[in-house]
Amino acid sequence: MMSRRFRNVATALALGAMALGPLMTSAALAQARDPAYAAARSAGQVGEKIDGYLGFVTPPAPALRAVIDDVNIKRKAVYADKAKANNATVEEYALTSGCVLIAQTRPGEKYQAPDGTWQTRGAGAPLRDARCP
Amino acid sequence: MKPTRLTRAIKPANNAAMGSSDMGIGAKGSRRSARGAIWATARLVLPLVGGAMLSGCISVKAPDKPIVIELNINIKQEVIYRLAGDAAQTIDKNAEIF
Repeated sequence: MMSRRFRNVATALALGAMALGPLMTSAALAQARDPAYAAARSAGQVGEKIDGYLGFVTPPAPALRAVIDDVNIKRKAVYADKAKANNATVEEYALTSGCVLIAQTRPGEKYQAPDGTWQTRGAGAPLRDARCP
Repeated sequence: MKPTRLTRAIKPANNAAMGSSDMGIGAKGSRRSARGAIWATARLVLPLVGGAMLSGCISVKAPDKPIVIELNINIKQEVIYRLAGDAAQTIDKNAEIF
């Protein structure tokens, strides 16, 4: 199971590296966020979208776009794997993950409200889709 | 004691010779009154129908603002509830990309 996941991550990484150039490293195997992603997330440049992927709150620099696109590619690979295991579509699994991820945002981080606008997470519960658990 | 006015106004129907003509008159009268009722109803209803055709048509207007979230609208809540626990675990196990 683990080796399969790593292989998927490695595949996604290889695809990302081909698509996005030499910015990709083997950081995916670490359990910490990519520093550029972590910094952009803290700075409110990127936020959690409803659909389970990261979105840009402000127009990103090319380097940041590459990092975030890579994260989203890896997310999609994980969603696809898990969706298949749970007899769901990738979109269903991704949207469910979006519910969880928006709920897990920390105060100050950005997330997408059901109307599509970017919101800053406050101390209270975030605005989420009515279908979220 | 019978009221004389009634017997004078309408001929008694138990006369065999007059029965057919009486029935004829009676039937014609009722048909006329039925037609009158239809016309009365029509006269009442027609303006309503006309009004409905003129002004009461159901008009569907497009919303002023574009609908932002059309994506994923057909994903059912029960599916999300079923997947939520697994999704939370997946996020924990793949913390580097979440």
